[in-house]
Amino acid sequence: MIAILDYRAGNLASVKNAFDALGAQTVVTSDPIVARAAKKIVLPGVGHFAATATLEDLGLTEGIRDAIRGGVPFLGICVGMQWLFEGSDEAPGVAGLGALAGSCRRFPQNALKCPHVGWNSLEVREASRLFRGVTEPSPFAYFTHSFYADATPATTATTEYGVRFSAAVETDNIFGVQFHPEKSGSVGLQVLRNFVELPC
Amino acid sequence: MLTRRIIACLDVDGGRVVKGTRFVDLRDAGDCAELAARHQADGIDEIVLLDISATRANRGTLLESVRRTARELFIPFMVGGGIRRWEDAAAALDAGADKISINSAAVQRPELLTELASRFGSQAVVVAIDAMSGNGTAEVAIAGGTTRTGKDVLTWALEAESRGAGEILLTSMAQDGTRDGFDCELTKRVSTAVSIPVIASGGAGKAEDFVAVFNEGAADAALAASIFHSGEITPRALKQHLRAAGTAMRWPC
Repeated sequence: MIAILDYRAGNLASVKNAFDALGAQTVVTSDPIVARAAKKIVLPGVGHFAATATLEDLGLTEGIRDAIRGGVPFLGICVGMQWLFEGSDEAPGVAGLGALAGSCRRFPQNALKCPHVGWNSLEVREASRLFRGVTEPSPFAYFTHSFYADATPATTATTEYGVRFSAAVETDNIFGVQFHPEKSGSVGLQVLRNFVELPC
Repeated sequence: MLTRRIIACLDVDGGRVVKGTRFVDLRDAGDCAELAARHQADGIDEIVLLDISATRANRGTLLESVRRTARELFIPFMVGGGIRRWEDAAAALDAGADKISINSAAVQRPELLTELASRFGSQAVVVAIDAMSGNGTAEVAIAGGTTRTGKDVLTWALEAESRGAGEILLTSMAQDGTRDGFDCELTKRVSTAVSIPVIASGGAGKAEDFVAVFNEGAADAALAASIFHSGEITPRALKQHLRAAGTAMRWPC
């Protein structure tokens, strides 16, 4: 069972719908006990980084930490990926999980529009478990965000929008994507399928 | 590279897609879920479902249409028409929409945009602006284009952005349904003034119209309905044309 964590930050229907289409068993939950028992954990995210403070309020942060320590595959989407870092300028008082070094920043004010909304190409860096079977040299994914994480040693795909940033990260059993795989057509479904098929 | 988006719009009444000229004279174009799935398979970047009946009585039917349509879609999906309160927005999002578009209700009570953005995030809140142009000015119309408001389109676009709208869906009422091309002048005026994406709508007839609205109109996305529903041009063929003209497109799609 894959737990899709509901931290009252918008809409989880699309994420659940995509896993359903892949035939994966999911449960949408805010309950730390359910999260701890899950084989895999997905942390979706739309909206504001401050909403991740709710994870702490719900008692989910410790559960996630323990699950990750125990080897449970974890996928953070959009703000869910940003939360893997130490924090974000979007909500300076709110700590991220800190599994990855660095903090998220706002796109620079320049000629480019902000938020970054739409389909952008990915440069997949190397043998990535999430991108297995994605054959296009520069696959497209759907983004909608104003804050980004710099490329790190854990970065497996980057995207360029004024700056080159982390589009996907992966280290041990921790995965994150800045784009919305549930809204990125066949490329996104392949990414989710790879997550579903990870051994656990 | 960030690409320009091609969006198919489904004007829906009772689960059926209809398309009229200048918001009237409606014809049936098929089932909304089937059409959306077809456009997705044909390479469209995004789907918009607009409830044109937008009456309280039809709300349940609309949500069922949203649910059926969303089930098949793995691309962004916007729903609009008759969203007046945050409960309406929540219901549409729960039914599977990724974004909601607000038109009349935002003009009547602009705080609604802020309330929705703080609750669901700006990425989920699109302000739809119906523009009536003439004599070098553009005025905001509401209630399906039947009521003039006296508000200037550009002023309203900037206010909506500052209140938390994440995108603007800008429809030229004069061009809507005519297939004479987008209002590039109006689109450019709005798109270069705001810092959020602008979706141009109204007047799509042929591939060159899209080239023009991206190049001259500075649109971030362009929306069309009947040319896709009738099958006279597929999104993929349109994108091929745009790529040849030098516009960045999601490809392959």
